[in-house]
Amino acid sequence: MTRTRKPGVSRRATLAMMGAGAVSFATPWVARAQAKSIKVGMPTILSGRVAQLGTSSRNGVMLEVEKVNAAGGLAGRQIEMVIRDSKGQPQEAARVARELVNTDGCEILIDAEASSGAFAVHEVARDLGVLCLHTNSETSALTADPKQHIPNAFRTARQGVHDSIVGGSYAAAIAKAKGLKKWATCSPDYAYGRDTTGEYVTYLKRFAPDIEIISESWPKLFQPDYTEVVTKILQAKPQALYSCLWGGDLTSYIDQANIYALFSQMEVFAVNMADYTALTVVKNLPKGIHSGNRYIKTYPATAENAAWGDAYKAKYNEYPTNWSWENATAIMLLAEASKKANSADGKKIAEALRGLKIKSPFGADGTVTMRAEDQTLVGYAIGWGTTIPQEPYVPQVQAGDWKTIFELEAEWKKSKGYT
Amino acid sequence: MDLDALTGCLASSACLVTQTTSGFIIGMLLFLVAVGLTLIFGVLKVVNFSHGAFYMFGAYFAMTAYQFSGSFALAMLCGAAGTAILGLIFERVFMSRVYGADVLMQLLVCYAFVLIFDDVVRMIWGPEFKSMGMPAAFQVVPLFIAGGVVPPYYLLLIGVALAAAMILGLGLARTRIGKVIRAAAHNPGMVSALGINTGLIYGGVFALGGMLAGLAGALAAPVRSLTPGMGFSVLIESFIVTVIGGMGSILGALIGALLIGMIRSFGSLGFPLFTEGLMYLFMVIVLVSRPTGLFGKEVA
Repeated sequence: MTRTRKPGVSRRATLAMMGAGAVSFATPWVARAQAKSIKVGMPTILSGRVAQLGTSSRNGVMLEVEKVNAAGGLAGRQIEMVIRDSKGQPQEAARVARELVNTDGCEILIDAEASSGAFAVHEVARDLGVLCLHTNSETSALTADPKQHIPNAFRTARQGVHDSIVGGSYAAAIAKAKGLKKWATCSPDYAYGRDTTGEYVTYLKRFAPDIEIISESWPKLFQPDYTEVVTKILQAKPQALYSCLWGGDLTSYIDQANIYALFSQMEVFAVNMADYTALTVVKNLPKGIHSGNRYIKTYPATAENAAWGDAYKAKYNEYPTNWSWENATAIMLLAEASKKANSADGKKIAEALRGLKIKSPFGADGTVTMRAEDQTLVGYAIGWGTTIPQEPYVPQVQAGDWKTIFELEAEWKKSKGYT
Repeated sequence: MDLDALTGCLASSACLVTQTTSGFIIGMLLFLVAVGLTLIFGVLKVVNFSHGAFYMFGAYFAMTAYQFSGSFALAMLCGAAGTAILGLIFERVFMSRVYGADVLMQLLVCYAFVLIFDDVVRMIWGPEFKSMGMPAAFQVVPLFIAGGVVPPYYLLLIGVALAAAMILGLGLARTRIGKVIRAAAHNPGMVSALGINTGLIYGGVFALGGMLAGLAGALAAPVRSLTPGMGFSVLIESFIVTVIGGMGSILGALIGALLIGMIRSFGSLGFPLFTEGLMYLFMVIVLVSRPTGLFGKEVA
């Protein structure tokens, strides 16, 4: 009697498949977990007027992620970035952040939002308890206000009050030397614009008490036309002007103010001018605008900083922005903290991050520190100088002194009831 | 509120000159965009919500032409002519299919194209903001008239916009084509029955509207940052202008634009935190007292 083979899967094949399945299930879960990459979610602004800065944030992150992955990743786990567009809308940033964690399985968040979105993502981090690094928001309250404090959120960006202390003392010295007593301000009408301008004026007056603010202008964010603001400032006839306009708003403002010869009629202090986004876009850059450093590859004047700027340009065919270095710093800190904790676990990394000091091309002394008490970055290079219309754009930067920053920041926190 | 600053300005010839010029500049740019919008509505009875995109394309076309040629005149020409061609194609291929459709349908089609056009700009020119730069001929010391500051470039801008307004007004009132366009606006069926190609007229009017918005964008390019989506805020203000002036009225668009320009200019002195609000408040007052706008006609 001969046996005929029945159609379908043979018993031998079935047994082989079951065997393979059994082997697969029997593989230790630890080994699979180690092989698994770690997803890092990143909501940022990839469309609209600020898209260039969002893209530069992504570039800054990816430049460092490649290095970290090449060196073995976070405790052996390769970093897999999941980057989503928030369109610069706070509610969308919060939705995207929540989805990145709950749906995409991200274990860490890099919140590359402007201040408005950052506060929204902060609440998501508070709710979900996931490790979150705020990389772009400079509004001081985000980390300085104890009500905002959560153990799992850190900031790797500048802080407005640090900028204002250095900028205020720098401007006061010039005001005294040149007799600039009548000042005007022109800043965007939202949290960052109002807070930073207020802090700047506080320190300006602290170091030069006889100055007077004779005109204030608050154009809305992304306003296309500044003509009425420019003429208003001209009518007030101030001797000096402060502005924290940024990005496309700043370049529009400069183009429109230029044809009124506004820059030849007063000293101008624009904290966000010395960033390649603005410096390279404005075609007729006025000489002698005072600005804080944002990202300039010549400040700090170190080989490490220049090399980082050149590596970024070689990869992306443009210079980095202020948001680029702030995001790159987040990955550098993550990598070092993970190494220190010997783990990719968010809670262990958070513990290791508190007080962590790392070598950095952006440090005032070659290092930056994640200050433990308020989980914000300190020690980054911060200074002010005047612009020229070609490279290096800000040839001489007067460095801010971190000892003074710490002293005055402590006073400021006390005055705000934060300590 | 800073009424002292406002009254002080009204008493100063220097301030009056500077702020009035500033009002004219804001107003005339708005007029160029709004007049196209009102013309298209008057003749085609379409609320062209995608009109701001033509302003955006005008700016980008001008910037690109200026980068390649270094000629400001060619940049203006490319901004205007490029958007005219774009307007004609857009009308013939897409908009002509929704004439007579529900207003909501027309708005949805236009809004879809606002997003599509923004993405097209993003793909061609990139998402980052750009600046055309002021031509060397206008990088000069501003004029001082009665103590007030007047930049020469803005005098050119006002002049070009006023010339466009005059040519448009006279063209519609005195020429044969103008008469046909006006007739088509009132009774397209009769015009068609007379053997006149109304499709050509509609396409031409859409191209003319697009051209005016493109010219506004080209004139704004040296002083405003260029970015995908830049047409939207201009569109909103243009709608306010057309509503104030009366939908379909060219004179209304001119007066409405100048009023908005002056409100913004003088409002920034007296009501620095309420300049935007003043604009909307003025629109509400006009609509409540005259629902068809200052120069609008009752719909039969």
